[in-house]
Amino acid sequence: MSIEVRNVSKTFGNFKALKEVSLKVETGELIALLGPSGSGKTTLLRIIAGLETADGGDILFHGEDAQDKKTKDRNVGFVFQHYALFRHMTVSENIAFGLRVLPKKQRPADSEIKRRVSELLHLVQLDWVGNRYPSQLSGGQRQRIALARALAVEPKVLLLDEPFGSLDAKVRKELRQWLRRFHDDLHITSLFVTHDQEEALEVADRIVVMNEGKIEQTGTPDEVYHYPVNRFVQSFLGNVTTFHLRGSEVPVRPHDLAVSRMKEENSIKATIYYVNTAGSLTKMELKREDGSLILAEVTHDEFRALGLGKGAEVFVSPKKKILPEYSI
Amino acid sequence: MRQKRNSDPAIVKWGLIAAAMLYLGVTLFLPLACVFASALQKGLGVYFAALVDPDALSAMRLTLLIAAISVPLNLVFGVAASWAIAKFEFRGKNLLLALIDLPLAVSPVISGMIFLLIFGAQGYFGPWLIERGIKIAFAVPGIVLATIFVTFPFVARELIPVMKAQGNDEEEAAITLGANGFQTFLRVTLPNIKWGLLYGVILCNARAMGEFGAVSVISGHIRGLTNTLPLHVEILYNEYNFAAAFATASVLVLLALVTLVAKRSVEHKFRLEKTGGNPE
Repeated sequence: MSIEVRNVSKTFGNFKALKEVSLKVETGELIALLGPSGSGKTTLLRIIAGLETADGGDILFHGEDAQDKKTKDRNVGFVFQHYALFRHMTVSENIAFGLRVLPKKQRPADSEIKRRVSELLHLVQLDWVGNRYPSQLSGGQRQRIALARALAVEPKVLLLDEPFGSLDAKVRKELRQWLRRFHDDLHITSLFVTHDQEEALEVADRIVVMNEGKIEQTGTPDEVYHYPVNRFVQSFLGNVTTFHLRGSEVPVRPHDLAVSRMKEENSIKATIYYVNTAGSLTKMELKREDGSLILAEVTHDEFRALGLGKGAEVFVSPKKKILPEYSI
Repeated sequence: MRQKRNSDPAIVKWGLIAAAMLYLGVTLFLPLACVFASALQKGLGVYFAALVDPDALSAMRLTLLIAAISVPLNLVFGVAASWAIAKFEFRGKNLLLALIDLPLAVSPVISGMIFLLIFGAQGYFGPWLIERGIKIAFAVPGIVLATIFVTFPFVARELIPVMKAQGNDEEEAAITLGANGFQTFLRVTLPNIKWGLLYGVILCNARAMGEFGAVSVISGHIRGLTNTLPLHVEILYNEYNFAAAFATASVLVLLALVTLVAKRSVEHKFRLEKTGGNPE
């Protein structure tokens, strides 16, 4: 089911959480709402779910106005940041909840509910936890159960609020790849909120970059990363160093920087402040004369060839290959 | 060794325990023992005779009736008020919180007098009520009102911190899963607060049955009609009928002991609920 948001605004007291936001999500897409905290991304998600009411604007589900529909009638699955599993119910009872509260006529028989629950447990690869309570599960397991519970009612739209926000780094990485595969299998229209650009870039079909209640840019991960429309998007999606070339400002990502002993045209003078060789690239923090830091990523071979360590003086310039139009 | 250096000498530990025990012994156990000793002083026959005395029975019936009316009402009020306070933001929230605490802050005698001032013959609504033949002061409705007033903080005060700590997440999850408001309350909210609620109800019930000050003012002490158990004890005592007074008092003491045991056993589960652990 497609979702359309038209000129939606929302104010909390004096705080403008959303300012005339418009967005179209196509059926089957996996969209990331990316932005810093306070950018309005969670508010937008909650308005789509009907958990908040917009002050103005329209929400359309499949072209139909959904504003008057209550949350329970919108047929959305919502996965909360802190899982919000029912603590007094077992995992199976949690997953069955959405089916058990159906009106009697639509409610499946007990045996059918049981079958669906075990099917969903299998889907999230947690067949063995059915009789446990949420407090007996790890964070990653709880998140998957929360997802299974949301899917039990066969929602047309899946909304996830910081789904990996409270998990440790390793589980986070595993789960986001899992979510990506999961979406590829089910093809349910999904929106997830995140403040982690890496997560958005890795998982989403399209990224909606938000800041201060407005959408700054919408595009594929490739588009927003390589062709940011403004400085905010540019710096939010990763570190950049700005060079002044022929009167224009050129932003350069850390891995597109060349570090050398020789002074070149347009290069910036800096001293090596910190070096981290752990990982697939060598990460260098370079201190400019004005005290600001530049982040550069070079290959281990390049770092060895440079042959310099902490405190040495270097010159930083953009790699030539990325700037054909400036032909330095 | 390290532990020894940091801990106080044994004499301090045992000294403090002894002091606490002595204090409790004098102020609690001794009076308790006295109640039962005095009650049974003239033998079991007199003891049970005092309990089956028509006035005593009517006092017990009235006490039970009052608890049966005021506890459920305060349960409903307590759940509604704590729901409103814990889950919504609104103007006047602090005022409502302060009002809930009010009965704990004022002397029960004053609580009784307030109702006398409103519903008594010389009170604001007195003449109007008398004209219509409705009796509130010096009658059961007055006692019920005073008891409700005195006991309404108990349930709400127990539930507000529990509900605040639990937040809205589970209720919102239930709604997104298609539950209506009633289903959400019954299947999600209520199970989450059940131990806190029971705890509040136990305390509320103990107070409702034991309330003296407020009820004493509003009841008028009419034997067999508006006498509750605590009032009945006082009357017997003032008549120098000590054995009967203590026999009746022992019923209240037993009630207190039952309350304590119930409270202890609920307390443990209640703590689990507060910390989000599961009670299984």
